[in-house]
This record gives sequence, structure tokens and C-alpha cells, in this order.
Amino acid sequence: MAPLISGKIVYNGGMKILVIEDDREAADYLQKAFAEAGHTAHVAGDGDSGFALADAGEYDVMVVDRMLPRRDGLSVIAGLRSRGNTTPVLILSALGEVDDRVTGLRAGGDDYLTKPYAFSELLARVEVLNRRAPARESETVYRVGDLELDRLSHSVRRSSQEITLQPREYRLLEYLMRHAGQVVTRTMLLENVWDYHFDPQTNVIDVHVSRLRGKIEKGFDKPILHTIRGAGYMLKAG
Amino acid sequence: MALRLPAIMKTTAARLSALYLLLFALCAVLLVFYMTSLSARMLLAQSQETINEEVQGLGRAYQRGGIPVLVRVVEQRSRQPGANLYLLADPNGRILSGNVQSIQPGVLQREGWTALPFSYERYGEASGRRSQGAAEQGEVEAATEVGHNAIAVVLRLPNQMILMVGRDLGEPERFRDVIQRSLMLALGMMGFGGLLIWYFVGRRALKHIDGVSEASRRIMGGDLSGRLPVTGAGDEFDRLSENLNAMLARIAHLNDGLKQVSDNIAHDLKTPLTRLRNRAEAALSGKKTGADYREALEGTIAESDQLIRTFNAILMISRLEAGYSAETVAKVDLAAVVRDVVELYEPVAEELGVGLEATIDGDFVVSGNRELIAQALSNIVDNAIKYSAGAVEKPHVDVTLRREGDEIRVQVADNGEGIPDEGDRKRATERFVRLEKSRSQPGSGLGLSLAKAVMKFHNGRLDLLPGNPGLSVLMGFPGPKDE
Repeated sequence: MAPLISGKIVYNGGMKILVIEDDREAADYLQKAFAEAGHTAHVAGDGDSGFALADAGEYDVMVVDRMLPRRDGLSVIAGLRSRGNTTPVLILSALGEVDDRVTGLRAGGDDYLTKPYAFSELLARVEVLNRRAPARESETVYRVGDLELDRLSHSVRRSSQEITLQPREYRLLEYLMRHAGQVVTRTMLLENVWDYHFDPQTNVIDVHVSRLRGKIEKGFDKPILHTIRGAGYMLKAG
Repeated sequence: MALRLPAIMKTTAARLSALYLLLFALCAVLLVFYMTSLSARMLLAQSQETINEEVQGLGRAYQRGGIPVLVRVVEQRSRQPGANLYLLADPNGRILSGNVQSIQPGVLQREGWTALPFSYERYGEASGRRSQGAAEQGEVEAATEVGHNAIAVVLRLPNQMILMVGRDLGEPERFRDVIQRSLMLALGMMGFGGLLIWYFVGRRALKHIDGVSEASRRIMGGDLSGRLPVTGAGDEFDRLSENLNAMLARIAHLNDGLKQVSDNIAHDLKTPLTRLRNRAEAALSGKKTGADYREALEGTIAESDQLIRTFNAILMISRLEAGYSAETVAKVDLAAVVRDVVELYEPVAEELGVGLEATIDGDFVVSGNRELIAQALSNIVDNAIKYSAGAVEKPHVDVTLRREGDEIRVQVADNGEGIPDEGDRKRATERFVRLEKSRSQPGSGLGLSLAKAVMKFHNGRLDLLPGNPGLSVLMGFPGPKDE
């Protein structure tokens, strides 16, 4: 199989992923694709065995199809949550309406992706969900290389040179820095920075990112905000 | 006919006429019985009164001159035409005077009113009738059988002689006969009329319904242009047919719409699918480097993403049109949504040299779905930016939010070429309609249709208005009712 996404991406260690998906072909594809990205994926073909595996094994992230034989995906998640299992879950579903998304997240899912999806999108989301990823929520200062973002004073510096950002640009950078070293897709940005889940038709996010890039890279010799072709963006020093 | 009759029996009209016939017949019978018994009682009372008067008169005559005067008065009155019955008998019941020839035995023995009508025979006519009857039947009939019925009062005079004054019951009996005969006649006529109505009304209804059934079968057979017959009589069958025809017209319209949409889907999806296939084919042919393959595959993915987008839009429109679940409806800060969308598109607009500006006149909260409204508005703003880019003057898009009467309006106006033709403006919100000039622009052709479906879902409207110049798209939300 050809590499699924371009660019050399370094993942921290490789995750243990549980895929609960009844479509064998899709499950096999996911298993291979995750392996290629440096992760280990186990596959369960129905709700019951998926629940048993998740309950016993220590997974970093789970990918759960919503419609499963024997036991519905949402019920698997709710069952795990009620037993104190906090493994992050990404729900895969053919149902993509706003309501479906809300019910999915309400049942205990951490993210929701509608079929058909790009694997690069799924991978980026799963890596962000990884529970072993460093939790940066509580940090007050984000640093990536010589770029520094102070969350208390809302100031941004690069090589101790002050950079003035618009509020939205600041939030965009904050999100990118929180997930530095991880691929962040356009829809993830729209969801997390703008809090919208719709499809914006044109490349609006790209233009926002390139504006931000102009501000944080102009006058500096090293690029820091990288475009990952076919996937999204990644903030990474060097 | 014999085959159709059972079918007629099954029709509602036939059942109704049978029911009415039965009901009317019952009413008629009851009415006639009531009338006859009432009139019989009245006639009886009248007879008794007459008899009482006679008895008083005779009593006066007896007091005046005793038996001789009484006998004279009795004889005199007996001979009058249509006279009452008079009888004077000795204490043993032998008839001495009066117009009664014979009487049912035992009647004279009881004083006072006769309990039941009794039979008697009058002088003259009775004997003639008797001999005639005897001659015909060859036997002598008993007096009780041929006589007339009467009621009477029997008195014993002081000298033990018996006086009877009575009145023939022939008149009330004849009256009853007449009524009974007319009742039978009326019942017969009602039955006949009922059958007639049954037959004609039932057959008419059957004919109508058969016509409707046949037309329905034809339409079900695939001829959606077929219509049910309308006779022009303006009756309930016509009204039914007219309504069904209106329904059929609506179905045909929807069907046409569906057909047009599937044609459009076929067209709009076939083109990218063909491109997709060509790209893959081109990648396979000739000598290619790894970079070429990569480029071909990336192009393939981009093309499929566009296809998925189109499908998603189609799905969303149909779900919205089919009545979206209202679970995610909440209070939406429209001003915030407008600000967000304008802010989201501002860099793109700037890149294309289009000025994008928002004028927000106050805070407006509508009940709805924030995501859907944002999606709709972003589609409209996206379009406006694309089409204003060709403006003669400096291209700009103005988004305004304000209240106008009962309506909260978001208006997106551009100064591009616009859509000068009113028909075109109307068509622009239909699915997959991409006016000729826009064919070259990228997009699914579903943006405005989706926006329209979203506005419909919010009980609002989406109107395309001529700008000055350009196009102005108006999203009208119903204002909150509690204000």
C-alpha cells in the first residue's frame, strides 16, 4: 500500500488503537493504515466482542462504528463509561446530521466523524485524542522552537520579537501550538477555533492559516507552520 | 344486468336506499295505526253521544204519552233514511217495533251499554241481501254472520219492556278499510320507488366509481398524466375527482422535480466521475514517475471529496425538506453567526479583492439551529464573493442584519453582474440549477437550494432580489413572538 499521507510525520511512540467496525474490508484497511502510521490497531467485528476487548485491554484510543451487530456502538461506549473506562473514543458514522453528532457525543464519544472520511482526517483526530499525548490544557505558556505564546497575557513572541495577532489568529495559533507536532485538519480547525461543524465549501481556513503564517514566519528564516499535503497543518520547530 | 345486481347491492347508495325504505315504511305503518285507532275512538265517542241524545228524546216521548207515543216516535224515526237503530221488545225479548229484524242473542238481556259491538239485521235491505247470499251459496247463513255491527244502549222501561237505541258501526269500519287499503297501496308504491331509486342511484354511483377506479388503474400503470373523469355536474363525485386530480397534479409535479433532479444528479455527478476515471486511466498509461502517480492520486482524492460534498448537500436538503428533527433547535444569536461567517470569509474576500463588510443593527435572537444558519449564510456569502469578483467598480459584498417589521433579515448584497432575469432568479434556488454564466464556476449548484431548505426549516424565506447593481439575497427569519 502506498503511503497514505505525504510528509514525514513523527508520532510519539505509536498508539494502541481498538477499532470496532463490522465492515471487514474497512476494518482491514484501517488496521493496515494505522500500522503504516506507526500504530498498533486491534479489530473487533461486533459490539459485544468490542466491549469485551475494550474492557480488558488498555487502549490509547478507540474508533467505534455507530452501527454494529449485536450491540450498538453508542451502547458500547455508554457501557464502558459507566464502568469507569475513560479511553478516548472517536465515533464513526454514516449518520452525519447535527442531531446524530450531538447524540454521539452525549453518549460519551469524544469526537465524531462521518463516513465517508479521509483516512488522514481520521488519523489526525485519533492522534489528537490519544490519551498519552501531553495534556497542555493547564500550561500557561506554549513554546514551539523559538515561538512562544503566553496564555495569560495573550501575547505571542518569536525569538523574543513581539507579534501582533487578531483575536481569531491568536486562537488559531493557540490551537495549533496546543497540538504542536500533530497534524491538524481544516475541519478540526473550523470545529475548535470557530466552533462550527459545517462544510465551508471554499478554502476559507487555508486563507486564515496562510495569513497567520505570514505573521509568524515573515522575517524569520525557518518555517514553523507546515502544510501537510492532503491532510492539514502542523506546527513544528525545525 | 343479473351479474351487476349483486354489485349494486354492495354499493353504499343501495344500502342507504334500503335502509330509508325500511325506515319510512315503518313510520308509515305506525302513523296509519295511530290515525286509525284515534279516529275509530273518535267515531265511537260520537256514536255514543248520538245514542245518548236519542235516548233522552225517546225518554221525553215516553214521559209525555207512555208506550203508545214511544212506539209512534220509534216507528217514525225508524223510517227516516240513515236512521239509527231502534228496537222495542216485550220483556221476553220479542221484537215489537223498530227497524231491527233480528239481533245477536243475549244483547237485549243486558241493560246499559253493550260491551262489544254486536251484529244485527235491519228490515228491508238485510233480508234482500240474505236471500241473495243464500241463493248464491245455497245455504242459509246465520244472522250473526251476515248482519252489520253496531253498538247500542239497552233500557228496561218501567213496564219491563225493552228499549234499545243503537248506531251502526259501518261508517268507522269503512273508514278503517279505506285507510288500510291506502296504506297497502302506499307501502307498495314506496317499495317500488325504493327499488327504482336503488337501481338508478346505485348504478350511477357505481358507474362513477368504476370510472374513478379505472382511471386510477391507468395512472398506477404509469400514465401520470391521466386524470379522473369530471362530469361537470358539480356533485360530490366531481368534487372528489377534482381533489384527486389536484393531488395527482402535485404528485406529477413532484415526480417531474425528482426526475429533473435525478437528471441533474446524473449530469453533475457524471462529469466529475468521468474526470475521475480519466485521471486514473491517464495515470496508468505511459511512463510515469512516482510524483506523477502521486499527483494523479491526489487529484482523484480531491475529485472524490467534491463528489462526497455534493452527496452530503443533497442528503441534507432532502432531510430538511422531509422535516428535520427539531432536537437541536435552540436560541441562536444571529448577530454572532453573521459576525462569525463574515469573519470566516473576510480573508478569502480580501484575497480576491472583494470588500466584505457586515452591518449589524442590534442583537437578534431567533430560535433555530446555529450550524444550519451558519451553513446557509456561508453558502450565500461564498456565492456573493465569487460573483462580485467580476464587478465593474470595486467589488464589494455587504451583509446586513436588521429587523424589518415582524421579520429579522439577513441580507447579502453584492455588486456583481447579478441575475437580471426574474425567472432566472426564481430558478436559482432550485436544486442543481446553475445559470449558464455560473457553469464555469466551481461548486455543486446546491448552495442556494440548501440555504433555501434551511430557511424553510426555520419557517423563514429566502428571496433573491435585484441589487443595484448585483444580486441581493434576503434571509428572512420570523421575529420572536414574545416581544
